[in-house]
Amino acid sequence: MTAAPAAIVGLPFLAALTGLLLGRKISPIPVAVIPTAIACALAIWVAAVGASGAGTLTLIRTGGIPIEVGLEVGPLSALIGVLVTVVALAVQIYSIGYLKGDPRYSSYAAFISLFTSAMLLVVYAADLLVLYVGWEIMGFCSYALVGHWWEDRANSRAAVKAFLVTRLGDVGFLFGIFVLGFAADSFRIADILAQVPQMSAVTLTVGALLLLAGVAGKSAQVPLHTWLPDAMAGPTPISALIHAATMVAAGVFIVARLHPVFLAAPIVLGTLAVMAVLGMLGAALAALAADDLKRVLAYSTVSQLAVMAAGLAVADSIRPAVFHLISHGAFKALLFLCAGAVIHTVGSNLMSDMGGLARALTVTFPAMTIGFMALAGLPIASGFFSKDAILATAEHTALGDGGAPVAPAIAWLVFAALLTTAALTAAYAGRAWLRTFFGERRTEHAVHEAPPTMRWPIVVLAVPALLLGFAGLAVPELRPELLSSVLGVAAAGLGLGVIYLVWRGDRALDPARLLGPLRPACERAFYVDELYAALFVRPVLAAARLTVAADHTVVDGAVRGSGRAAVSLAGLLRLLQRGNVQTYVTGVFAGVLLIVVGVVMLG
Amino acid sequence: MHIVYPLVVSALLFSIGIYGVLARRNAILVLMSVELMLNAVNLNLVAFDVWFADRLHSGQVFTLFIIVIAAAELGVGLAIVLAVFRNRRSVEIDRLQDLAEPPGPGEEPEPDAAQELEETRS
Amino acid sequence: MNLDAVPSYLTPTGQEIVFLLLGAVAVGSALLVVTTRQLVHAALWLVVTFGALAGCYLVLTAEFVAWVQVLIYVGAVVVLLLFGIMLTRAPIGRSPDLDSGNRVLAAVVALATAVLLVTVVIDGFRTAYAPLTEVDGAAKTIGSSIFRTWVLPFEALSVLLLAALIGAIVLSRTDIRGRD
Repeated sequence: MTAAPAAIVGLPFLAALTGLLLGRKISPIPVAVIPTAIACALAIWVAAVGASGAGTLTLIRTGGIPIEVGLEVGPLSALIGVLVTVVALAVQIYSIGYLKGDPRYSSYAAFISLFTSAMLLVVYAADLLVLYVGWEIMGFCSYALVGHWWEDRANSRAAVKAFLVTRLGDVGFLFGIFVLGFAADSFRIADILAQVPQMSAVTLTVGALLLLAGVAGKSAQVPLHTWLPDAMAGPTPISALIHAATMVAAGVFIVARLHPVFLAAPIVLGTLAVMAVLGMLGAALAALAADDLKRVLAYSTVSQLAVMAAGLAVADSIRPAVFHLISHGAFKALLFLCAGAVIHTVGSNLMSDMGGLARALTVTFPAMTIGFMALAGLPIASGFFSKDAILATAEHTALGDGGAPVAPAIAWLVFAALLTTAALTAAYAGRAWLRTFFGERRTEHAVHEAPPTMRWPIVVLAVPALLLGFAGLAVPELRPELLSSVLGVAAAGLGLGVIYLVWRGDRALDPARLLGPLRPACERAFYVDELYAALFVRPVLAAARLTVAADHTVVDGAVRGSGRAAVSLAGLLRLLQRGNVQTYVTGVFAGVLLIVVGVVMLG
Repeated sequence: MHIVYPLVVSALLFSIGIYGVLARRNAILVLMSVELMLNAVNLNLVAFDVWFADRLHSGQVFTLFIIVIAAAELGVGLAIVLAVFRNRRSVEIDRLQDLAEPPGPGEEPEPDAAQELEETRS
Repeated sequence: MNLDAVPSYLTPTGQEIVFLLLGAVAVGSALLVVTTRQLVHAALWLVVTFGALAGCYLVLTAEFVAWVQVLIYVGAVVVLLLFGIMLTRAPIGRSPDLDSGNRVLAAVVALATAVLLVTVVIDGFRTAYAPLTEVDGAAKTIGSSIFRTWVLPFEALSVLLLAALIGAIVLSRTDIRGRD
């Protein structure tokens, strides 16, 4: 049962290889779309058949613990695989319209294919080191794609920032893999999970904490979340693919995949919960204040990923979180693609340049409305069901009714934070919706609907974003519960209502004025970037400058100094050899004189 | 006549000649100093000729020879000085430093040499 | 050579007084030659030196040498030097830079030479005395000596003069180039 996943992973990889090697010699569009489409069909088939199993392609003997290059399909992998391929296919098709006429489209499409392949490798990997390979390729592709328009300095800086920050987490991730792998004497995920009961608490805690660093980096969780809003400098489809649906979900996916490890380390679960609470509240507030539509969505992503992380931290089952992961993937990709269409039309990222677009964008407007509904967790949209599942789990854990081994206080905290976040999410979703589509039209561009290659993926993604929630009804665990759903909807309604009232007060003004004195802090995302700049960037730069200076003055100085010393010593001798004949003759006479004196004295 | 007298005079002349050769910059002055040294030798030869009362008068004959050689030396020497002057517009011998190692890259050429270079160009 | 009876240095003869005076003039004007700040003056002081030396030769009974000295040195050499001074466009009048930076060292070496030579000469020839009775340096005796005993060196010297002549001409002419 490895042929299908191998094909799913391999096809986009071959497409990427072809695209990068042949580039402009062939038409890039079929190369980009067709393999992804086949991979998508295969992934859906694998998930539909409910196949599971593992296979090893080859075994690399390292002298220590062997590395098994193998793939494994389980229910989780199959589901996420479908999400990844569907979103990737939608993004590939969407990009045809979005990047029409871009001179580097072929390499762009090839990198998307490579990225898809790497993400699928992460999803289907049977071995942690193989997973890590995909993990790193993803990081590199993210770097290349965020910096797609590298002519603008800000874009390339954002790409470097994304790369460095995620790399910081990846170091921890790699060492986490080593800790767990050496403890289990194997890097196979199945072996590690089987070995968990035999491992010591210290090993598990250390390993899980280190993994958590990688998760925080990849999934943009506090404290490594700062790269994601900046990564919005990349093309919008990239934001949809990488920074909404797939790559950032990889972190959550890892926690889900290795959930038993985390369950066995309660301290790590607590840490994860606290991180998640900080992340979801802070990012939601930042989203409420941001003016850039894509940044709103980026902060929203951080916040929603934190919700998933919280769901994993308080639940002994991964289902609620994965449910939310999939529904979030669908509706956030939809939102990003819609935002792309809006930005394509308006020619600006800023909501203060939008407004009054509801009539003009006949396809984008309803689709984005569905996306915002799902994001806000309003009933019948997918977000309602998945968020409710997490809320219900948190409630159960808080009440001591099963759940993960975390302290009830933490569970209560998570529960409260989830409700607050629901209200805030509804508020910023409502704000973005109102600011974008209603009120006065603030743009001078002629507003027109996006081309069909961009419209169709939006329509296709709108369907799961709206209806995916009903799939959850099949699983008892995910069915909405009365108390939590009432509370969640009430919180969302409260947020929405407040925003609507504020907006109605003056339609031209930003409802973010609701935040009052907190607003500047929220707009700057609570000065985390500035804090990091002061704490890390500047000391590192100073140290680098010091090193350069030391290299220049000490190391080079020693070399140059020895040279100069030799030259100046030679200069002393040179005083005698200046080519002045008189000096030479003086020497000759003095020498003769000395000889004669010697002869006279001795003779 | 005490022979010491001409010998001391000649020794002093010779020393003065040495001083002139070593201390003067102008090549023609150096040539003059060389003549002084040759004359000191001549005086010596004549003095010893008188002292030995040589019947062949070798001392005086050699003095004559030296005078002739000195004249030849001066002719050739002046020709050389003139040739140098033609090439460099200068007969100052402490500027004729072509025997020195040329300055290395990145090193300041010696002030004299730089000046001389400019003079050569002009 | 008279080793037995060396007359006292305290009672100089007339010849000795004349010689010492001429010697003092020669040494003094020689000093001026090497110290004067004017090129042309140096040449003129050189004339004085050579003239005084010619006088010394006369006192020492070397009559022919004295006249040759006047003819060649005062007559030819100094004129040649003056021509050289003119042809090198030397400044007429005081020029401040006739001495090189080597001056102090040169003075030390010259002084040491003088001290050494004078010491050795005085030490070696304190007792040497030559009575100057007959005039023996007339043209006739010198001539017969040259053309009898020293004829071969004389001829060789004429070849040397020819060579020097050609050399000076070749060096002076600008239209003769070396073989490049």
